[in-house]
Amino acid sequence: MQFIRAHVLVCGGTGCMSSGSRQVQAGLEDEIARRGLDNEVKVVQTGCHGFCEMGPLMIIYPEGVFYVSVKAEDVPEIVETHLYKGRIIERLLYREPLSQKSIPSYDEINFYKKQRRIILSNCGHINPDEINEYIAAGGYEALGKALTLMTPAAVTEEVKKSGLRGRGGAGFPTGMKWQFARQSPGEKKYVVCNADEGDPGAFMDRSVLEGDPHRVIEGMIICGYAIGADEGYIYVRAEYPLAIKRLRTAIAQAEEMGFLGKDVFGSGFNFALHIKEGAGAFVCGEETALLQSIEGRRGMPRPRPPFPAVSGLWGKPTNINNVETFANIASIIVDGAEKYAEIGTEKSKGTKVFALTGKINNTGLAEVPMGITMREIIYDIGGGIVDGKKFKAVQIGGPSGGCLPEDMLDLTIDYDSLTAAGAMMGSGGLVVMDETTCMVDVAKFFLTFTQSESCGKCTPCREGTKRMLEILTRITNGEGREGDIALLEDLARGIKQTALCGLGQTAPNPVLSTLKYFRHEYEAHIKDHVCPAGACSNLTGYTITDDCRGCGMCKKVCPVGAIAGEIKERHVIKHKVCIKCGACEGKCPFKAIRKGA
Amino acid sequence: MKSLEELKKLREKLQSDTKLRAADGIKVIVGMGTCGIAAGAREVMAALMEEVKKRGLAGVVFQQTGCIGMCEKEVLVDIILPGAPRITYGNVRPSDAGRLVAEHVINGQIVKDLVVAKSV
Ligand SMILES: Cc1cc2nc3c(=O)[nH]c(=O)nc-3n(C[C@H](O)[C@H](O)[C@H](O)COP(=O)(O)O)c2cc1C
Repeated sequence: MQFIRAHVLVCGGTGCMSSGSRQVQAGLEDEIARRGLDNEVKVVQTGCHGFCEMGPLMIIYPEGVFYVSVKAEDVPEIVETHLYKGRIIERLLYREPLSQKSIPSYDEINFYKKQRRIILSNCGHINPDEINEYIAAGGYEALGKALTLMTPAAVTEEVKKSGLRGRGGAGFPTGMKWQFARQSPGEKKYVVCNADEGDPGAFMDRSVLEGDPHRVIEGMIICGYAIGADEGYIYVRAEYPLAIKRLRTAIAQAEEMGFLGKDVFGSGFNFALHIKEGAGAFVCGEETALLQSIEGRRGMPRPRPPFPAVSGLWGKPTNINNVETFANIASIIVDGAEKYAEIGTEKSKGTKVFALTGKINNTGLAEVPMGITMREIIYDIGGGIVDGKKFKAVQIGGPSGGCLPEDMLDLTIDYDSLTAAGAMMGSGGLVVMDETTCMVDVAKFFLTFTQSESCGKCTPCREGTKRMLEILTRITNGEGREGDIALLEDLARGIKQTALCGLGQTAPNPVLSTLKYFRHEYEAHIKDHVCPAGACSNLTGYTITDDCRGCGMCKKVCPVGAIAGEIKERHVIKHKVCIKCGACEGKCPFKAIRKGA
Repeated sequence: MKSLEELKKLREKLQSDTKLRAADGIKVIVGMGTCGIAAGAREVMAALMEEVKKRGLAGVVFQQTGCIGMCEKEVLVDIILPGAPRITYGNVRPSDAGRLVAEHVINGQIVKDLVVAKSV
């Protein structure tokens, strides 16, 4: 007899896999069989739940109990105590870091409470390799509705009305883009999904593709119907092997069920979908470079116009959207544009998925309504800064974005407010930095990235980013010169205005935004030869704090006479003379000398 | 896939497989403490599941619970219909499974001779 009374959902996202979920799942299947429960308990591998910090994650139904940091050694107890006897295992529950209260169910955890999960609603709750689970969750209803009850123009109109804007970075209105492609003359058209996801620290698109591939596929087919295309490509980087594998399975299942192929839903509409693996160059995320890469040529951007909607893949009208953009489509069609547009702000509708990384307690994936504040994301969802350190800045928008300081934490998140603040929505990477992070070093990090990813086609980007990087390098080495800040600003302006594509046009943003909000750190590096965060090794100066009693021990031990001060008064270190030997720090009886400035 | 109707039918059929991940529905709770297991709780649960399966009932959720202190009345089985009070049956044997499922789960009739408690 087989009667399934319990489902054990084991997270099979890349994060949980690397913390051992595969071993947990294998052990679980063995143990369940050993106890003779395999006819009543089913083990399901799901996609990412987003709470990667606490992985491997497990949910057991019907109780809906959420276990975190599950190890292979825990498996016998889970089977004996939970699955056999029905007792919840307290020690595997999630504990809220502040209250230390253990929380048995998913929805009660702060990390999830403030989230609004539309794109990620299935992620972690269904088996991505099973089209049936997607259908049971309401999947492909949007496609059926669009194809049998709506005209292509009506579908486009609905997407326009929803206010959806592209999630790939620039935030262009999606419905408008579809309309351009629809109205473009031509028999043959293409739909392309941009799954290149090149921003360092970003993994939203990967998680959607791994956790709910059919949602993206469904969005693409609907787009094909709306613009009159019968063929599509998903451009996904080869470094995402699991995403590619799940997509292949999903496409095969969709073909078998007749969601892809000829005469879908008996409407006469045909659609074929292919995967193109990219080699992981950042610039290939830029749409014109991406199209060249699909065509088998070297991925280099070209000037626009013509835009892809007019002349795209093999010269045919092409609509290109980001993974998350496509993942929004089904709920717009099923629930209607008005319902969708209830979420968000006036000009930014819906939700956005962010990848939380850096010095934050709950690293992971969070889907939030537009209009939420940065503070809510970082403190309520993200659980605050690691080790109780002080927040310094948050980098948003990847290499094209910017760094925002503490007094901007209450900024509401939408496309326009972020751009106005000198950052950018970008694809959704959020890197949180604490007081030990040097902002000049951060700018250097991103510029090192863009400089090495520059394709070299246009001079401003090729030469300009190199010169900017040279200047940043010398500043962090303690060799900054008078006038370097002005030179950086000058170069930045030039590159922004003249580079061929978005890569160069936005590459200076991390430098400009740190200059805007953390200029004093640049000045300290150049003028005082000090890195205030104590991060740049050549410039880790020392400071004497208020705890100084003026005993004079440090002055005596300093080999270069860099310390000044009268007995019984607070001493100071002359940074220009200091050779950073650290002798004073070890000598101070009051622990009043610390690294940094 | 030829029509929206066909998809909807398929979805309804498939939902019975994932239904136990939704929180509504009928709950059958079996006492699985040491006392319950010693009195044959596993066999009772297996018999109940067999009955539910045989009758093709969707949306019946099985859970286990620990000892509630009425050890001499084990095996204890609770049945909760949506919106109805929790009915506790005692001294349940595998041979009672058919009656519990047919009379209570399906028809909402409490099986009086087995009841030991009722609570909200
Ligand atoms: C250097 C560079 C890299 C980009 N990388 C990506 C990427 O990884 N994923 C993405 O969706 N869009 C990326 N874009 C944006 C695309 O050019 C394009 O705007 C986007 O795919 C459009 O989709 P959307 O309207 O749905 O946002 C990149 C742009 C530039 C200039």
